[in-house]
Amino acid sequence: MRNLKLIIKREYLARVRNKTFVVMTFLSPLIFVGMIMLIAYLTSLNKSETRIVGVHDESGLFVSEFQDSEDVEFQDFSAITLDSAKDIVREKNLYGLLYVPQDSDSVEHLQFFAKEAPAFGFLTQIERTVADKLTGRELEARGVDVSAIRSAEASVKIEIQNFSGERTSKMSNYVKMFFGGAAGYLLMMFIIIYGNMVMRSVIEEKTNRIIEIIISSVKPLHLMLGKILGTSLAGITQFSIWVMLGGLLLFVVSSVLGVDISAAQGAQQQAASQISDSELQQLVIDIAKLPLLTLTLSFLVYFIGGYFLYSSIYAAIGAAVDNETDTQQFMFPVIIPLILGIYVGFFAVIENPHGTVSTIFSMVPLTSPIVMLMRIPFGVAWWELAISIFLLIITNAGIVWLAAKIYRVGILMYGKKPTYKELYKWLKY
Amino acid sequence: MDHLLVAENVTKKFGDFTALNNVSLQIPKGSIFGLLGPNGAGKTTFIRIINQITLPSEGRILLDGKPLQPNDIQHIGYLPEERGLYKSMKVGEQALYLAQLKGLSKAEAKARLKYWFERLNIEDWWDKKIQELSKGMAQKVQFVVTVLHNPKLLIFDEPFSGFDPVNANLIKDEILQLRKEGATILFSTHRMESVEELCDYMALIHKSNKLLDGKVTDIKRAYKSNTFEVGLESPDNELLRKELAATFLIKDASFKSINDDLKLRIQIEETASPNDLLMHLTSRAQVNYFVEVIPSVNDIFIKTVTGNA
Repeated sequence: MRNLKLIIKREYLARVRNKTFVVMTFLSPLIFVGMIMLIAYLTSLNKSETRIVGVHDESGLFVSEFQDSEDVEFQDFSAITLDSAKDIVREKNLYGLLYVPQDSDSVEHLQFFAKEAPAFGFLTQIERTVADKLTGRELEARGVDVSAIRSAEASVKIEIQNFSGERTSKMSNYVKMFFGGAAGYLLMMFIIIYGNMVMRSVIEEKTNRIIEIIISSVKPLHLMLGKILGTSLAGITQFSIWVMLGGLLLFVVSSVLGVDISAAQGAQQQAASQISDSELQQLVIDIAKLPLLTLTLSFLVYFIGGYFLYSSIYAAIGAAVDNETDTQQFMFPVIIPLILGIYVGFFAVIENPHGTVSTIFSMVPLTSPIVMLMRIPFGVAWWELAISIFLLIITNAGIVWLAAKIYRVGILMYGKKPTYKELYKWLKY
Repeated sequence: MDHLLVAENVTKKFGDFTALNNVSLQIPKGSIFGLLGPNGAGKTTFIRIINQITLPSEGRILLDGKPLQPNDIQHIGYLPEERGLYKSMKVGEQALYLAQLKGLSKAEAKARLKYWFERLNIEDWWDKKIQELSKGMAQKVQFVVTVLHNPKLLIFDEPFSGFDPVNANLIKDEILQLRKEGATILFSTHRMESVEELCDYMALIHKSNKLLDGKVTDIKRAYKSNTFEVGLESPDNELLRKELAATFLIKDASFKSINDDLKLRIQIEETASPNDLLMHLTSRAQVNYFVEVIPSVNDIFIKTVTGNA
């Protein structure tokens, strides 16, 4: 136990004092904030550009329907011929020319002339405007009172309630997706970054030839565990600094420059602008209603379990090879389940959190830490959680045991690149 | 005799490969024991078993009469053949870490390190990183780390590889000094001359089997062939040679001498005494040189290994 503590301390200090580590710790938040600022700036630049669109309306029905908005301005070119309108648009380098033909039967065949393909959103907007107008006209032509229809139109919004009477909103699904996705993604990143670090540090001890000196004093298993724990502590330190520095920087920079950070998050901003006050309140309630305690506790369990599982595999790989280039053949089987976990999480879980695929992947120990973390916000039965965690713990014990065996033999093997067959043989030594 | 380390029928198999086959050894307390063998004979495997890095497939090791315990690593100092240190760690910090892993307290480790660094004149390396030191310098640090915790049993695997002659001598003297202070030393090497020079006892391992072991002088006695190298001065050397060839088994010998001698190797019967040979020779010529040929460890090694091939 005393030795394990010594090893953890050394590994932690060795990571933390490493120049690259220090530079990355303090540079990453700067880069991150810089990127966000850049995106925010570029988005606002994009926004401020007003598109000028010429309209040549031979039917005369629609010109008045096109309302200028913040980013689109319409100019009426109906008075001149189509060809000269085209010329003007081209000369003045306008966004494009919308042509509505005279014939009301072919009015559906609107044409848009432009140098470059127009934005998709812009076209949909035009189409909707024209379609609305045409529908109205058609209804009137058939003797239907349009204003009566307008007043009769009902606005429906489904209010979601569960059986115990708690109200939720559609927003709550986004909230759940966000929390689950963030947790799963964070875990995957942590495993890849710090698992690799464990592997490199094992290889370093092998190439330095210090390994035999150390394992004549401590058990290889202790060295491996100490390495994994020390590195994960360094990782947690780095992550905490990133979160704090990143948050601080984001706050400082945004308040100094006055850039609206939320502008960077285009889709969310749109969604946000549509949220009324009551929905915002609902959002807060939704977050509060997430199984926060379960989420936090299981995040810890899956974080530790998943990280241990993978970093012991990483340690075994590091022990099996002589240098980093030889790791490729073994890395593939490690990366695959991680990526699979993320994909299943982002597609299957969001589509159907309790479907067969999601359920199975949240049980299989190699993917369960990621997938289950994404499922938990949607509510998972306690027994499912129990089975998943039980499987994870059992597998962890097995994998750590296997990895330790490979590690024990591998750290003393030099010179040859092992095959899977040889690794299997090592298990029996 | 009191034995510090006893190996009883130790066998180690790696899959189908037998690295050690039923090896038994006794290492007397306070001795310098040479473990000899060509590369790949099984020496390192044996040493790793003593260090509990690998477990034997069969057999057991006794240290001070008791089977090896995990805690016994505190009583063993091991300098492996494949040795190195953390490149980016400072010398002092690193030595402290390794000493603490051997069970020393931090304060104790610091005090002893100070003593040893002064003894080897390397005090000013404390804050240097290993990557700033030469290979020989790093080896000195490793030596200190190996002996720092005052182990009863010191194991050196090819200790002199990588040292220049000056430092090799320095380390050799330190090893002899440690023996004087009570340590038992196990040497593993394929360089015979260092065994010749240092070891009281030796064992020869070849292709996983122990071929012979015992006191170096006993082994030499057993392997001597009653051969003497002689330098003879007579009026007619050729005649003398013919005469001697009729009575003894002779061969030409070569050694340095200032006289114009007839140089011969003469083998006598096991029962015959050297005095008879000497008297026989003095009656015929002037004997300028007379010495018994003692087999070198190298000769024994080659003879045993080829004899068993």
